[in-house]
Amino acid sequence: MKTFNKGGVHPQENKLSNDSAIEVFPLPKQAVVFVSQHLGAPSTLVVQKGDKVKVGQLIAKAEQFICANTHSPYSGTVTKIDLAADFTGYKKLAVYIDVEGDEWMEGIDTSNDIIRDIKLDSAQIIDKIKEMGIVGLGGAAFPTHIKYMLPQGKKADYLIINAVECEPYLTSDYRLMKEKAEESLIGIEILKKTLNVDKAFVGIEANKPDAIEHFTQLSKNYKGIDIVPLKTKYPQGAEKQLIYALTKRQVPSGKLPIEVGCVVNNIGTAQAVYNAVQKNMPLVQNILTLTGKNVKQRKNLLVRVGTPLQSVIDYCGGLPEDTGKIISGGPMMGKAISDLSAPTVKTTSALLLMSKKESSRKEETNCLRCGKCVKVCPMGLEPIKIAQLAENRLWEDTEKAYAMDCIECGSCHFTCPAGRPLLDLMRVSKNHIGDLRRQRAQR
Amino acid sequence: MSIIIYSVLVLVLTGVISAVILYFVAQKFKIVEDPRIDLVVEKLPGANCGGCGFAGCRSLAEAIVKAESLETLRCPVGGDKVSKEIANLLGLEAVEADPQVAVIRCNGGKINTTSKVQYEGVQDCLYAHLNMSSEGGCPNGCLGLGNCVGVCAFDAIKIDSKSGLPVVDEEKCVACGLCVKTCPRHVIELRNKGIKNRRVFVSCVNTEKGALAKKNCNVSCIGCGKCEKVCEFDAIKIENNLAYIDFNKCRLCRKCVQECPTGAIQEVNFPPRKEKSTVEQTETIQN
Repeated sequence: MKTFNKGGVHPQENKLSNDSAIEVFPLPKQAVVFVSQHLGAPSTLVVQKGDKVKVGQLIAKAEQFICANTHSPYSGTVTKIDLAADFTGYKKLAVYIDVEGDEWMEGIDTSNDIIRDIKLDSAQIIDKIKEMGIVGLGGAAFPTHIKYMLPQGKKADYLIINAVECEPYLTSDYRLMKEKAEESLIGIEILKKTLNVDKAFVGIEANKPDAIEHFTQLSKNYKGIDIVPLKTKYPQGAEKQLIYALTKRQVPSGKLPIEVGCVVNNIGTAQAVYNAVQKNMPLVQNILTLTGKNVKQRKNLLVRVGTPLQSVIDYCGGLPEDTGKIISGGPMMGKAISDLSAPTVKTTSALLLMSKKESSRKEETNCLRCGKCVKVCPMGLEPIKIAQLAENRLWEDTEKAYAMDCIECGSCHFTCPAGRPLLDLMRVSKNHIGDLRRQRAQR
Repeated sequence: MSIIIYSVLVLVLTGVISAVILYFVAQKFKIVEDPRIDLVVEKLPGANCGGCGFAGCRSLAEAIVKAESLETLRCPVGGDKVSKEIANLLGLEAVEADPQVAVIRCNGGKINTTSKVQYEGVQDCLYAHLNMSSEGGCPNGCLGLGNCVGVCAFDAIKIDSKSGLPVVDEEKCVACGLCVKTCPRHVIELRNKGIKNRRVFVSCVNTEKGALAKKNCNVSCIGCGKCEKVCEFDAIKIENNLAYIDFNKCRLCRKCVQECPTGAIQEVNFPPRKEKSTVEQTETIQN
């Protein structure tokens, strides 16, 4: 079975919410939609206080290069345009909407009919993806259309679809593959056409045998889509690792996947592209897994963007008593939430409720020099060395030790028997190096 | 006997030839350095802190020797004294500046805010700053993780265990500005030391609207504008819901301190006042 070449760990899978089918989350009464929900330049607001909006109406426009549109996920009245706290506690510009009914914009097809014919050509598809505000749903929220506007002189050989879902607990992509396989495959076909490539690989981890089988069956109707089962190993779904596992190509340090002729997208993004191109539907909803060992009702929910996190938790039976940490995303790479009044964004794919015992850190002791962190690092770095340099605040040396190549998968931190905060120190180094580079650029 | 003579001769010859080669090489690759650089370096404190903006004392000395005026080239550690000495040495005009000190513009900490979440990550301000607002919820205030303590080359900053906030030792602080550059939240500012070390400043950097700021912190500036009105010297400006006192205009009358409804404005090193409330306030500052 294919896999990446270096390192990796195998945390407990804990895919507890595998069997709960996707439920449609009821519309909240009030919603807060952030104006900018992507990586890059902020979008420009186009609605005003008091405006009536419909579902799918543009509320913020992309006016710069790396930027994405934002659409209203609700129909109702804009009551306020003000700052609102996101889950880190920082305030960002947001549109407050009082929800009234559920009226969609004209031209959006909300039926479940599957449209197989791809009428648009490559340039039109890119425009459509841009117009519908599609961003990468793997987590980084990078505007998708940018990936398909290849830099001059570069040519793509393969489209790679990430359906690995290597993070423990998360099941949103799995449910998507089970329930919306056909749509996802058409989405992949659209992306293939956009890139003008003949071959697309869909990497799925071997712990989802029924998804692999289901996809392999269906993919027989589509030419040039290969379903590749991959070894269950974390971080199989990391961009560079996935490219290596599927094509044996290595992305050079500090370069993008297009350097080796690959474009990588998440399976969720492919389905969103299908909705955008075939059904004219902007990115206003996504699948969210609410899970955790002590959660009463673990669910996969189809939520609209801008739903308050608290209401999602209440819907699933409320917060368990001994909750120690709430994480947005998976346990390996997710971020702890500090404010539950925050709304969901386009990329909120999971809420993980961990008990105090589960989330507490190991007691930190001295480094044992066992070298486990070096062994498991999928990027071939030496986390122990970078961590030591970081502890001594030698940021320039951490840069020389290639700290910037760290993909922040957390394998080193996970495996360290001494409980040392290796990932934290890696991230600290990366932040400080970023600072240094900015200072250098100013000079 | 002849062996000894030969060996001595060979050694002497090699020595002479090497000396001649070395002499010409040294002439050819001679580096002419301004002798004044060494003199200036002698005058500088030699802490190599980088507070002047150069890599170390020698780099500053090189720049000073080349420069025509000392306007921008100043050793913050040495202050006026060193500046004068260097000016005399080089025949330039000394530029005088008031002595400054680093001031922590946040009084939230553990005492005046209530923790809503607990931060468990690495003890680094920049990292915490990128991951969350703060334990108490203020997105602008001091995180108390001590990056400023780490960079201070003069051992002048300590984190107070009670309040969780950094405290500057006025005696030791030389106003090199390293902590100011390091703080990811720009909480620290260099302010003039003031007459008899007396200072009045707004101890808050929160730019949120009043109600929001007050929700998270008891002593935040709410941008009400009372201090701006009461100030007779036009020293206070309110921008982004935050008051700022210009230390060049402030005459230390302390009217604003009494006016401030949240106690965000602090006075330092003043003799205690007769009223009880303000006495308490000064005490907390000095602790």
